[in-house]
Amino acid sequence: MKVTREMVAHVAQLAALELTEEEYVLYTEQLNRILEYIDQLQTLDLQDVPPFRNWVPRSQAYRDDVPAPGLDREQALRNAPLHDEQYFKVPKVIGGEP
Amino acid sequence: MRVPAEWWTWTVDDFLDAYRRGTLHPREVVRAFVDQTEALDLKVRAFLHWDPEAVQDAVRRLSRPSDGWPLLYGIPVAIKDNICTAGYPTTCASRILAGFIAPYDATAIARLKAAGYVYFGKTNMDEFAMGSSTENSGYFPTRNPWDLTRVPGGSSGGSAAAVAAGMVPAALGSDTGGSVRQPAALCGVVGMKPTYGRVSRYGLVAFASSLDVIGVMTRRVWDNAVILHVIAGLDEMDQTTADVPVFSLDAVRRWESHRRWRLGLPREAFAEGLDEDTRTAIQTLVEELARNGCEVVDISLPHLPYAIATYYVICTSEASSNLARYDGVRYGHRAAARTFREMYARTRAEGFGPEVKRRIMLGTFALSAGYYDAYYLTAARARTLIARDFARAFESVDLILTPTSPSTAWRLGEKLDDPLKMYLSDIYTVPASLAGLPAISVPIGKDRQGLPIGLQVIGPPFQEERIYQLAMWIEALRPFYREVPTGVAA
Repeated sequence: MKVTREMVAHVAQLAALELTEEEYVLYTEQLNRILEYIDQLQTLDLQDVPPFRNWVPRSQAYRDDVPAPGLDREQALRNAPLHDEQYFKVPKVIGGEP
Repeated sequence: MRVPAEWWTWTVDDFLDAYRRGTLHPREVVRAFVDQTEALDLKVRAFLHWDPEAVQDAVRRLSRPSDGWPLLYGIPVAIKDNICTAGYPTTCASRILAGFIAPYDATAIARLKAAGYVYFGKTNMDEFAMGSSTENSGYFPTRNPWDLTRVPGGSSGGSAAAVAAGMVPAALGSDTGGSVRQPAALCGVVGMKPTYGRVSRYGLVAFASSLDVIGVMTRRVWDNAVILHVIAGLDEMDQTTADVPVFSLDAVRRWESHRRWRLGLPREAFAEGLDEDTRTAIQTLVEELARNGCEVVDISLPHLPYAIATYYVICTSEASSNLARYDGVRYGHRAAARTFREMYARTRAEGFGPEVKRRIMLGTFALSAGYYDAYYLTAARARTLIARDFARAFESVDLILTPTSPSTAWRLGEKLDDPLKMYLSDIYTVPASLAGLPAISVPIGKDRQGLPIGLQVIGPPFQEERIYQLAMWIEALRPFYREVPTGVAA
């Protein structure tokens, strides 16, 4: 299959990545080369093969719901680029530009 | 004082013995490793966050329980920068996490602490563990202590280089498709990736959640087993940890009573594309093991040639989802922008490096409407075939041997412009990752250029004990830990 520049633009939007003109050219070319290699999987007969699942033996899939201390507010906010005493601050979401 | 010559061959038990007898104190030992690091790391650049004060603090805070000697008491261990260490930087070598200080400890770190380890800094890596050479670090590349013009492998290249250069006796890494084993091979150290679910991933920054495993890198096989023994086991903070007893260190110590292993050599792993010196080194060693009681079995893993294609669909898909959290809101870098949407896209454009962007793009594509069946689902099914190949092989053999890497360390820049070429260097390590199997890389010699060669030993699920038993034997036959890397020799 052939990846077009339009497809790369669509994917970049889904991934919330702003790309430069050079990156468009580079990733269109590289994604095509990588997907061409990946296309060898299409030669496998996978009709009756289920998707892989990690098999991890365990007995404690459920635990008792016991309250325990988590991160306090100050710790949770400490790494944020912008915050006040209570909240993370971001550009306007509702009523702003889309 | 630099690290004295005999310490290069010491195990953690030797250090503990000296502490017990009172001939050495953890302060002196850690001081020597700090000096060694200060002297060599300007050239090697294994450490991304290096703070000798923090290391000295960690030694000062050490307190020994009155009733015994914890397994890692006073042993410095370096930590890959994608494992959370409370109060210390944790950036995954990414610009998007610049300045991030982990608010809590990963379970593996909490267990090292309980065993008396000394925090010894955070090691460089490919950004978010995406790469095979450590050149994708958002900060600077690390160099191979055997030849400073060459890569240390990756993505745990900083951990491998630090151990190889004698800056620290041990380090933690993480392995998604070979990121512990391959740099271990290229730097001439021991690197273990345990079974998926053997070590808690709580506090390991997620790259590809169905593949990520914390692993151990050391000079000695025994140290590797001790550290894995400490960090392994069930953890209620990680639903995918296994309720399976952790292997016995005594059984590893008694490796000499187990010599009749049936060793499988997959013919697909010794086909074209393998360095001649690596092939010869493995052949010679296997003949020696056969003469001493092992049975060597020719086996087939027919789907091995499909492993790289399968892996790069699965890992990029999972990565595109896991890395969605880096949006500039709660932590890390934030770009200036007028709208919310623009802030997301620009923050990610500025914060991620080229390989991370490439993988997010590929993974987003593979999961997108109209392509999910053809790519993600196809790869998930192919992964089942690869896992079945191993299950079938382990019906007739105890352990499987392959090279760890098709070549020894390459020069910086050599594969940087060709992502596919870089991906193909993971051909031998990716299959065990896809199947969730434990696998170790053990150094077994040098090629004609004097660069280390690694042998990979793969075991059935949760058979770390058996892998270590054979690795102890291989180490006795090929005591590579005595070697001092040529790039940093005094």
